[in-house]
Parts: sequence; C-alpha cells; structure tokens
Amino acid sequence: MHRLASLLSGRGSRLFLLACALVFPLLAKSEYQVYVMASAFIWAIAVYGLNIITGYCGQLNLAHGGFFAIGAYALAILTADHGWNFWPAFVAAALVAAAVGALVGLVSLRLKEHFFAIFTLCVGFIIYLLIDKWEELTHGAVGIRGIAAPDGLGLVDFSQTVPFYYLALAFLVLAIWFAGRLAASLLGRTFMAIRNGDALAQSLGIDLMRNKLLAFVLSTTYAGVAGALYASMIRFVGPEEANPNHTFDMITYLLVGGFGTLFGPLAGTVGIVWITQSLQFLEDYRMIIFGPLIVVLVIFMPRGVVGTFLGWKLRKDTEAARAKGPRAGAKVAPAKEANTNA
Amino acid sequence: MNLLFQQVLNGLTLGSIYGLVALGLTLVYGILHIPNFAHGALYMVGAFASYYFMTDMGLHYWLAMLLSGVVVAALAVLSERLVFHPLRNAPPIHDKIAAIGILLFLEAVIQMLWGSDFRRMASPYNGILNFDGLIIPEQRLLIIVGAFTLMLALHLFLRRTMLGSTIIAMAQSREGAFLVGIDANRVAMLTFAISGMLAAFAATLYAPINLVYPAMGHLVIMKAFVIIVLGGMGSIPGAILGGMILGFAESFGGFYLSSDYKDIIAFSLLVVILSFRPTGLFAKGAH
Repeated sequence: MHRLASLLSGRGSRLFLLACALVFPLLAKSEYQVYVMASAFIWAIAVYGLNIITGYCGQLNLAHGGFFAIGAYALAILTADHGWNFWPAFVAAALVAAAVGALVGLVSLRLKEHFFAIFTLCVGFIIYLLIDKWEELTHGAVGIRGIAAPDGLGLVDFSQTVPFYYLALAFLVLAIWFAGRLAASLLGRTFMAIRNGDALAQSLGIDLMRNKLLAFVLSTTYAGVAGALYASMIRFVGPEEANPNHTFDMITYLLVGGFGTLFGPLAGTVGIVWITQSLQFLEDYRMIIFGPLIVVLVIFMPRGVVGTFLGWKLRKDTEAARAKGPRAGAKVAPAKEANTNA
Repeated sequence: MNLLFQQVLNGLTLGSIYGLVALGLTLVYGILHIPNFAHGALYMVGAFASYYFMTDMGLHYWLAMLLSGVVVAALAVLSERLVFHPLRNAPPIHDKIAAIGILLFLEAVIQMLWGSDFRRMASPYNGILNFDGLIIPEQRLLIIVGAFTLMLALHLFLRRTMLGSTIIAMAQSREGAFLVGIDANRVAMLTFAISGMLAAFAATLYAPINLVYPAMGHLVIMKAFVIIVLGGMGSIPGAILGGMILGFAESFGGFYLSSDYKDIIAFSLLVVILSFRPTGLFAKGAH
C-alpha cells in the first residue's frame, strides 16, 4: 500500500496521468465522452486559478465565475462581433480578465477575510447583472452566437471534438506546470505565508498588497483563459456563464480535490464532472447531494482527497524514516510539510 | 407630490424588508462571527413554507407566517448544531464554504419540491387605502408597520429580558459572557432561531407584492450583506439604518436613474464605501 502511495505521487505517476489523458480519446466509447472530458479540463484550468488565490493565498474569492464569464465574453465579442482572428482575441481575452482582475483586486484586496468574501460575492453578481443588462455590448439574454473555433492555422481543425480535446489538454498541462512552478517558488511560499497569517507574513517583510494582487491577477487570468476556451468550444455564450453558481461549483471541485494542493483541482474537477455526468437524471438537483457533501467535507476532510492522501503519505514517510533512525525522520518531515499543509 | 410620496413609500417598504433580513444576519455575525451566506436561502424557505401553509393547507395568512417562522427557526438552529457548531474552531474560510453548502442544498430541495416557476402568494390585504389622494396599498402599509413592530419587539427582547441580554453580552465579549456563566451553545441556538424567524417573517410580508421562486433569496442576501457592511458588522441599529438607506437609494435611484440597473445601485454603494472605508461605515475598531 505504501509503495503504491509513493508511486502515485512521484514523477512517474504524472507521466502516467499524462499518458492516460493522451490515449483517452482512443479508449472513449463515444465522441461525447471526449467532449465531456475536454470541458472538465477547461473547468480544471479555472479551478487552478481559484487555487492560486484561495488555496495558496487563502483569500476566498467568490467572483471567480465572473472572471470566467469575462474571458468567455471577451472572446465572443471580439471574434463574433468584431471579426478578430481567434488567437489575438484569445490573448486579448486573457488580458481583459487580468486587467479587470487588477482593478477589482486593487479595491477588494484591501479588505480582510469576511469583507473580501462578501465584496467578491457582490462583484460576481455585478458582473452577472452587467452581462445580463448591457445589451449593446453583450446582447443581453439572447447571448452571442458564431464564436470562432480555435484557429488551427490550416493544420488542424479545432472545431472537431478530438483535436479540441488535445488543445484543452495542452492548456491544462501548461496550467498545471505553471502552478507547480509557482508553488515551489519563493513567490508561492510567499502566498502560503500570507495564507497562514497576514500579520506573520508582514513581519517577515512581505508586501501584502503587492503579493495578494499578483495572486489575484494570476487567478483571474487563469479564469479568463478557461472562459475563452469554453466559449470557443461551446461556440455560444449567454448570461448564464456568469451565474454565481459556477463559482460555487468551482469551490466544490477545489474543496473535494484539496485546497492548496497541486493535483487537487484536477482530481476534484474531473472526478465531480464525471460523477455529475453519471447522475444525469439529477441535473438541477445535484446540489441536494453536493450541498451536504461540501458541508461534510469541510467538517471531516477539509484538506480534500489529495490533501488527505498527501497527509497520510507524509505520516507514513515519517514513520518509515523514524524506523530507520531518528535523524532521517527529522529530515523528511519539514521539507515536505510546506507543500501539504492545506 | 404623489409620485414623490410613492417613492418614499416604496423606499420604506424595501428598507423594512432589507432591515429585517439584515438584522438576522448581523445578529448571527455579532455572536459567532460567521457571515451566514445561507441566510438568503432561509428567507426563501420562509416564503415557500408560508406559501405551502396558505395554498396547500388553507391556513390564514398570519397563522402561516407564524408557522413558517417556527419552521425556519428550527432549520436555522439545525444548521447551527450540525454545521457551524462543529466548525467553531476551524479556519474562518471553512464556515463560509459550509454556509454556501447549506445554501445550495436548501435551494436544490425547494426546487425539487416546487420547481423553479414563479408563484404568486395571495394575501388577505389586497385593498388600497386612499388618504386624500395619497394612495397606499394595504400590504405595503402592513410591511412597514409589521417590520417596525418586529424591530421594536426585538429591541425590547434584547434589552429588557434576561434571555435577550445574554445575546448582547455574548456579542460584547465572549470571555466576559463565559465568566458570568452564560451558556454559549444556548445563545448560539437562540440567535440562529431569531435570525431564521426574522427572515421567514420578512419573506412572508414581502412575498405578496413580489413573487415566490427558488432564487428569490440571492439578491436579498447580497443586499443584506451590503447593509451590514454599511451599518457595521454586528450592529443592530446599523442594520436598520442601513436597510433604510439602501431601500431609499434603490427606490429613488430606480425611479430617477434607471430601473434596469437599480439592483446594481446597492453593489456600487458597497464598492464605493469599501474603497474608502475598508471596515465599513460605522465599524468600531478593526476586524
């Protein structure tokens, strides 16, 4: 069992995961399954963004779905209404989400804890209301059709499901790679120091505002990229993309996977998207199960699936090291703790 | 003149409802320091419970309101016992997420039972009073009078009874309250019960001139949050005053500016306030 654990968290397992993802379209029973998986990947990218601000930096951002919608609408408006090519519009969508994120962050990050959560909840709702009411720009409740599919430059046709799947996978890998580098870097450690306590972080000479803002902008950029990909997959956007429920969905994914862990967002998103798929009959009522699930997880397993697993593995490692000799045990524990305390 | 009067009346009506909802929210925050995101769902359940008691069981409006208050109070106490109590020592982010879990659950249950249609709740007070050209629909008058009666009753309860004083004591100082032998669990349950009851009453008062539907709590709860930030988290007079300010801002803003964007007024107000005063308008000390 223990050997299995080290296998699962090592470098090999990451390659194994990647290999599984690469052959998935060949093994899938239908194109629909590939489509569902691609959408799960897109949501996972957004959840990785949420993980940066909420998981690593400890600020509960309840407007994340709003930034996802901003990315989606930016791409939709630029390609469908203004005839831009896909890739410039895609970059612009990410930049728009980052810029709006910077503006919102400048105001909201001055607030602490509850105030930040309440404020961002309202921001999410303002984004929803604006998208719904600002008909000149967003076409209101009608939504926008005719969004460009990703431009394959004459080589690939991304409007097909399988090529799009690989595109989404590529972006997901990029997102995870960047998140991993971030978590291991000094900047990532700085975010975690802020999560562990504002005052403590400040006493270490950390500029709170600058770092929180950076984390926030990074997270909204992730959301923007995911939103733009989503719009180019569905080829339609409507005000529902900005529904605050999407934010709650993403929080559920992150909570189930594990806050502040590298593979939590992936495990949580892909896992729940597939569970939801297999519970199709529930559709609108899935929250009857997920609502209590959130509560139970937060009470009994606040570190999520991945966080709990890592904690368990850390304990085993320490025990194994202790069995060998007291010195080695002391060496193992502190090195890994920073990565796993959620 | 009459048009202006209508806006004042409208502002008073909105302000009364917002005030009642915000009061429950601020009471819970004052005691337990939980921003209860599920409060809007309690409000919504309150409306549906009254609707059920009136249309399916044929009870009178007042009796339905009372029963709905009891049901929602029980629900609120249950949420405290099952969810917030076990989380009392957890990091603050956990309370918020758990509250969202309750919100999603309650909404899904109501949607499953009643569907997402908009429903109209009949009230026995459909008449219109005419004071020399000033027109007042009875239900609006009822809302205003009812809300102020409830606020007064709450005030008397908190200030004049032993049980009420324990809530105040607990809000003022947790340790101090423990020292004089106040049972924290009892106070927490009592506070949740009052907060749930106020939400149910507010919903039943407002539903006849609005509609009943599963998403009806969304805007109300967010506005209630704006109000308690405005009035200072945990402050009771602040919640009432803040409710009135927001009610009037919306009524006049919706009339003179744009009714499409009237819901944004509340949030813009919040953005402006928090930009200049990160701890709210009347907050004492830092949070």
